[in-house]
Amino acid sequence: MLYIFCPHCGSRSQNEFAYGGDATVKRPELNKEISDQEWNNFVYLRKSPRGKHLELWHHISGCRQWIKVERDTSTHEIFKTYKADELTE
Amino acid sequence: MSQDFRLDNIGMVNRNKKISFTFNGKKYFGYEGDTIASALIANGVHLVGRSFKYHRPRGFFGVGVDEPYAILQLERNNERDPNIRATEQEIFEGLEVKSVNCWPSVNFDIGAINNFLKMFFPAGFYYKTFMWPPSFWYKIYEPFIRMAAGFGEASIKHDKERYEHKYEYCDLLITGSGPSGLASAYAAAKNGARVILAEDKPRYGGSLLTSDVNVGNQTGAEWSEKIITELKSMSNVIVKNRSQVFGYYDHNMLVMSERISDHLPKTQKYLPKQRLWYIRAKEVLISSGSIERPLVFGNNDTPGVMLSSAAKEYIKVYGVLVGKKPLIFTNNDSGYETAIEFKKNGVNPLILDTRKEPSSDIITEAKNLGIEIKYSYVVVAAKGYKKVKSADIAKISDNKKDLSNIENIECDCICVSGFWTPSIHLASQSGNKSEFNEKIDAFIPKKSKQKENTIGSANGKFTLEETINEAFNKGYEVSNKITENNNKVSVPTVVEKKSTEHDKFWCVPLPKGKSYKRFLDFQNDVAVTDIELALREGFRSIEHVKRYTTLGMATDQGKTSNLNGLQLVSDIENKVVPQVGHTTFRPPYTPVSIGAIVGREVGKHSKPTRKSPMHEWHEKNNAVFVDAGVWLRPRYYKQGNETLFEASKREAKNVRKNVGVCDVTTLGKIDVKGPDAAEFLNRVYTNAWLKLPVGKARYGVMLREDGIVMDDGTTTRISENHYHMTTTTAQAANVLSHLEYYLQLVWPELNVNVVSTTEQWAGAAIAGPNSRALLMKLFPNTDVSNEALPFMGYKEADLFGIPAKIYRISFSGELAYEVNVESDYGNFMWEKIIEVGKEFQIQAYGTEALSTLRIEMGHVAGSELDGRTIPHDASLEGLVSKKKDFIGKRSLSRSAFTKPDREKIVGVVPLDKTTSIPEGSYIVKDPKAKLPNPKLGHVSASCWSVEYDNPFSLAIIKDGKNMIGQKLFAMSPLKNKTIPVEIVSSHYVDPEGKRVRA
Repeated sequence: MLYIFCPHCGSRSQNEFAYGGDATVKRPELNKEISDQEWNNFVYLRKSPRGKHLELWHHISGCRQWIKVERDTSTHEIFKTYKADELTE
Repeated sequence: MSQDFRLDNIGMVNRNKKISFTFNGKKYFGYEGDTIASALIANGVHLVGRSFKYHRPRGFFGVGVDEPYAILQLERNNERDPNIRATEQEIFEGLEVKSVNCWPSVNFDIGAINNFLKMFFPAGFYYKTFMWPPSFWYKIYEPFIRMAAGFGEASIKHDKERYEHKYEYCDLLITGSGPSGLASAYAAAKNGARVILAEDKPRYGGSLLTSDVNVGNQTGAEWSEKIITELKSMSNVIVKNRSQVFGYYDHNMLVMSERISDHLPKTQKYLPKQRLWYIRAKEVLISSGSIERPLVFGNNDTPGVMLSSAAKEYIKVYGVLVGKKPLIFTNNDSGYETAIEFKKNGVNPLILDTRKEPSSDIITEAKNLGIEIKYSYVVVAAKGYKKVKSADIAKISDNKKDLSNIENIECDCICVSGFWTPSIHLASQSGNKSEFNEKIDAFIPKKSKQKENTIGSANGKFTLEETINEAFNKGYEVSNKITENNNKVSVPTVVEKKSTEHDKFWCVPLPKGKSYKRFLDFQNDVAVTDIELALREGFRSIEHVKRYTTLGMATDQGKTSNLNGLQLVSDIENKVVPQVGHTTFRPPYTPVSIGAIVGREVGKHSKPTRKSPMHEWHEKNNAVFVDAGVWLRPRYYKQGNETLFEASKREAKNVRKNVGVCDVTTLGKIDVKGPDAAEFLNRVYTNAWLKLPVGKARYGVMLREDGIVMDDGTTTRISENHYHMTTTTAQAANVLSHLEYYLQLVWPELNVNVVSTTEQWAGAAIAGPNSRALLMKLFPNTDVSNEALPFMGYKEADLFGIPAKIYRISFSGELAYEVNVESDYGNFMWEKIIEVGKEFQIQAYGTEALSTLRIEMGHVAGSELDGRTIPHDASLEGLVSKKKDFIGKRSLSRSAFTKPDREKIVGVVPLDKTTSIPEGSYIVKDPKAKLPNPKLGHVSASCWSVEYDNPFSLAIIKDGKNMIGQKLFAMSPLKNKTIPVEIVSSHYVDPEGKRVRA
């Protein structure tokens, strides 16, 4: 079970969190003309990289904040965690 | 009663406490501290089971977790506990155990015929035989194989035992209390680290209890006693025996199973049977020791053949002789220690050493004691069926290929030592890739992936001096990293007999003309010939060989068999062991009971039960409850002998005719507050929200980004910047996460906060033509007229001194209101409604009537908003704004969602007006069409319309809007029904919606 550092609460066990998917996806702006392909990419297409990946976790049984976690998908090593509005490196 | 094999002056069992137990119905006794194994051996019993495949007689091979054979079934209080290791289970008064895998008895086992049919059971036999004819599989082959194979029989009854979970954090977890575990724990604890020391056995000390060594001028046993006593007295140390750390997971999370009362007759009611510890450790020291390796020779599975270290432990710990004419067969000095123990206790052993001219302190000692030793000698085969009676021994040539001087000698046990295999399972589970160490012919951990170090013999260090020094240093070093303290304790001096290296010999060749079975894996009946066959058949990867032959599988996980198996594969393949590699070690290291994994989360405790504040009233009024997520909701209120159908019809009819009240507390409620709340709702919902006035409610639908409806509900503007959102019961948690996602990550510029208020409000829906009259009596000081409180209006009012909120919203399609009060007043509100409502013929109604009411009104719910429908499909397209953007809008213009014959919700009525249509039925044009019959859609919800007194269903079907008026068929292959139906509008009752506005 992962041990995730929540920037608001400190280190907590994985079972306090819900996984939220790829954190690098950016929602297209509202009211913007956008092609089917672009929209399709946003809604459905995700990379599944082996290695470093920036992902979202929701501290659902804690502070209820969404956080960003930089994690190695093959070793599970967590390099850094960020608040939702924090700029990632 | 005397025990023929019990020694008087040695051992650690409590001679003052006799304990009786039964094995296969026969009564035996042992002493407190005995295991089933030691007590049975003391009584001269060696036959305890039958093997997995060939049903060959099985005895004891080891003395702890290493035991592959002696697996028994424990029974007490009519409860069964399968797969108990006789070498681990301590006896208690009244214990009942029996053999498994034999019928009718362990002495006469019919399945043993397999032993004579072994040509039909080669490696992978289950892939080859029992294949034809295919129809035989279910009825004949499978039941037969199931009866013949497998070990214990699980209980099918509810397990009444108590199991617990515990979460613990520590600086340093040490797995095993042998010399390295004790030394490192002591060094680290003295340096201020918070230490957990886990020992699998009841007694601490590991090899120190059985080795003839001296530490700090004390015997090994005395020194370990001293250290453990001091550790137990320290507040920063947790010491646990009977506790197996069986799994090493990510981020230094280890799981340990503590056997709390497995060794006790059940006396204390609340004492758990086992406890599972989830331990998050900053650092881990793996000191799990090593397991002696067997030597491979003919019939080496005969009862009486066992590990030499086990024989030694039976003598030193339990005061039990495994035999009185022992033969020691060894390729290293460990066998000599066992021989010396036998000799010291009055038994004359014979040592067969595969080495030619070994010399060491311990060999000299054995010679001086007068022990007979034969060098360059091997056991060719054990003789005897249910117990070793003699052995064929032979001289082996220097190249270890040829046997000569074969002779038969009498013996009653054969103690084998093929050197030691480090227990690297935990290290391997942590991600540590092991490396092969040529010197010890075994794998040891290589480079840590997590914060762990392996020490002692688990790391291939087989001298005590080396082990103790390394452990003291590591304990200090690791604790210093965490505590930054510098308290170093002095390392005690160590005296042990020097030993020489082991012989690389491990498998005795077959003499000419003989075809003895030579077993590698004792638990799974895998012999040398099976591996040879697998390789002949082309299996190369060790992982494939494992699965094809079952080598190293099951509860044993190759503890004794792994390396000999690898050795054989590499010999045949002409490779070296490291090239062959080893199979992956997976948790659990030893079997863990399902009960311990589940813990207290059993039955109703598997999830929380949420009850509304009015729950007691429902109970008192004969409510029959239904699970709605984690909530308990009244399904109907039973009067007399009413069925569900009758009761729900009565309740629904009463709503249409008079007035009913329904507990709607479970609806999700979310407070949305902030200056940008309107803008936020406008982006979340498909319809327009910017112009909703204060004091008004609006129905809204929210989508996921893929255009699928996520949830629906009403949201009310309480004040300028405060909205009260309701969600469905099931989606409440998801909707809150969804809102938080957009507020925190996508539109952080919006100044809005959301918080769940589900549990803060108790809700009652009052519905029916009499509801306004009732409301006027409930709130005499508030104007609730149609003008003052119109449809979708909102008012705060006073309910006999309690502040209440009235929302004029309707799910039933009748004139209806939802009244909310703070949860603590829920019951008060409910009782007032019932009391005041009496004159209006009020009745409480449950979820079944609620469904009936909404279905015949064509209001959609979870069965239509099932994660596959877009607004159009549920006839909600009128709520989709064309002017503004919102979550999921772009998806709605994708071609599949705009097709003219897109699915749409319709009503379905059976032509005979009497046959109810099963939910999930298909709607088809021609019931006799060739299969697969093209389906137009499915029936999502069914009810008995109380308005028209006939069955009515909702269905979502292709081109629904153009199907109205058509005569089709509802087919339920599951219920074997075909019902002619007519498609009608989904708004079956009051299509203009006059009643809600009345």
